[in-house]
Amino acid sequence: MSQTITIDPVTRLEGHGKITIHLNDQGKVENAYFHVTQVRGFERFSEGRPFYEMPSLMARICGICPVSHLIASAKACEAIMSVRIPHTAAQLRRMLNLAQMVQSHALSFFYLASPDLLLGMESDPKVRNLLGLAAAKPELGRAGVGLRRFGQSMIELLGSKRVHPGWVVPGGVTEPLSAEKRDKILAMLPEAYAGIGLALDAYKQIADNFKKEIEVFANFPSNYLSLINEDESIAFTDGALRLIDANGATIEDGMTATRFTEVIGEAVEPYSYTKFAYYKPLGYPDGSYRVGPLARLNIVKQMGTRRAEKELLEFKQLAAGPVASSFHYHHARLVEILYGIEKIEEILTDPLILDTHVRATAGVNRLEGAGQAEAPRGVLHHHYKVDDDGKMIWSNLVIATGQNNNAMNRGVLQVARNYIRDGKFTEGILNRVEAVVRTFDPCLSCSSHALGQMPLHISLVSADGDELDRIARG
Amino acid sequence: MSEVGTEVKILVIDEQEVSAHAGQTILEVARENDIHIPTLCYLEGLSNVGACRLCLVEIKGSSKLTPACVTTVQEGMEVSTNSERLTRHRRTILELLFAERNHICSVCVANGHCELQSLGQELGLTHVRLPYRNPDLPVDASHERFTADHNRCILCTRCVRVCAEIEGAHVWDVMGRGVNCTIITDLHEEWGKSTCTRCGKCVQVCPTGALFDKSKIGSEHPKYPDFLPFLNMMREAQ
Repeated sequence: MSQTITIDPVTRLEGHGKITIHLNDQGKVENAYFHVTQVRGFERFSEGRPFYEMPSLMARICGICPVSHLIASAKACEAIMSVRIPHTAAQLRRMLNLAQMVQSHALSFFYLASPDLLLGMESDPKVRNLLGLAAAKPELGRAGVGLRRFGQSMIELLGSKRVHPGWVVPGGVTEPLSAEKRDKILAMLPEAYAGIGLALDAYKQIADNFKKEIEVFANFPSNYLSLINEDESIAFTDGALRLIDANGATIEDGMTATRFTEVIGEAVEPYSYTKFAYYKPLGYPDGSYRVGPLARLNIVKQMGTRRAEKELLEFKQLAAGPVASSFHYHHARLVEILYGIEKIEEILTDPLILDTHVRATAGVNRLEGAGQAEAPRGVLHHHYKVDDDGKMIWSNLVIATGQNNNAMNRGVLQVARNYIRDGKFTEGILNRVEAVVRTFDPCLSCSSHALGQMPLHISLVSADGDELDRIARG
Repeated sequence: MSEVGTEVKILVIDEQEVSAHAGQTILEVARENDIHIPTLCYLEGLSNVGACRLCLVEIKGSSKLTPACVTTVQEGMEVSTNSERLTRHRRTILELLFAERNHICSVCVANGHCELQSLGQELGLTHVRLPYRNPDLPVDASHERFTADHNRCILCTRCVRVCAEIEGAHVWDVMGRGVNCTIITDLHEEWGKSTCTRCGKCVQVCPTGALFDKSKIGSEHPKYPDFLPFLNMMREAQ
């Protein structure tokens, strides 16, 4: 008899979702789905609001990556205003975004993923969490907490609040940086470098223990999309998008935020509130692609900072072409943390960083505008339309998690097929099904711009549709 | 602004004996003596309308609650500004204000500089027991410099009074009755197309984020209504 396994909720994710695994009469995995089960409606309730309120309104979508929303939103507003922001404002925003990337990656790696990586996929679920990690590897636990603190303290220094800072506004930022704050940030750098050094060493030591997982954790050829600078270095708030195929060949380059809307479509599947983004010329699902740290490192040719450059070269050795296993998202994330700290240091030495011209002003000069940025988990796109008074009449957001949705679903199926035999499975196997989703570090609240709660579920469903087993947490 | 006479009245506010000029209001005398009475529609330099009812006080010998901003002092009056009953009434008034329109502090430009928010904190308002009305109200962003967000308006009419009494333009006024009451510019035209002189006094006296400066979005937006008494003083001196 066929059956369905439900994991509900999936744990150690940002947001709430469930996984269902469908088995056939022979107990073989027929299909598996990752469901995002919440709806929020930010696009609807922003209608009628003045466009210059959008950054602070949209930042409320997420408490982990509000800065990415602030920046993509502010860029969309600047397209409406038709202004170019002052150099110092752009540098300050870059720095704020990197601080957020460091803290978000630290959250994903240390708090959510490393219990699996450093304690083991089969370890006791009671201690398979940050506290268990801190007890077993206190230095790494401290490094994780320290890197998060570094990012969050920087955001607080720049934007006066750790979460949802109001500092980023259409046209730039509201306050320039003071010498005192700059020095405070500089003083935090040595500890941050030490923390990421420790994490990279620890990860490289244990990566070889996960050969089987690396082989089946969403490991398949796919397209990749990310921002890239003109000099082919990594970009988070600048540059244009590049889409490459599974062999690393460029499919489309120089994609601006305006072009994004023309070529990226969003498909809807009945089992999830998160849409499935795809490249229109290739259709759905062939045009699906991956975004985030793995995609960024696969696409860029250089990091642009000394130590991260070395790490990039090492990362690129993992495969002949683009690195295909999503397990390596973890590695890519650590390389990006190192880059983030180095780049912050570089920006702080800019002779114009304390300049007080940090905001351009203008009214409505265009009725439509789009902006894009790299959130920690991938490409983020905001697109707005306004009336003559600048009141919002329409908006659309395309979020990283929606762009990784197809790959996450394929990954869940791949892991389930490889581990579940004859309808038999253990807690450790189901943890791997969750762990493949964790590699993408999805943010389900962002992806559905949704309201409410979504702890994760896994269910095992028979061919008759009966639910045979279910793991629910939360 | 009350007509103040020279005759001196002696009264008691919160068991403290105070002296006042005839014609002064209870609120004025209380403030002179550092006795705090919460207010929202009252603003020094403007006429008093007694609209918000937050300054209600108890007067010995009267079962009614009396608004301190429009009640003049009497000889031998015994006033109480603080009691459980008054706090209960004031808190209910605030709850009604919060429930009436859409006050979302977290994304409001006046967050941290809002008189309504501050009063909520002062009176320990942790919940609104009434169902929110969530009305669908417009935002007037037609003005080049300012925006009027009716979602955040508490109908204190400070803007109406400052525009008529101080600026002398009388662009703002009130339209409708009861729950349909709303402030309008001219004969309900868009603010940007009205006879507004763009002086910005209404923005400075607005106690909430209902009237705000477009350039202040995302930053701190404190209001500075303290200019009014000085403006009046300078005009009187001329």
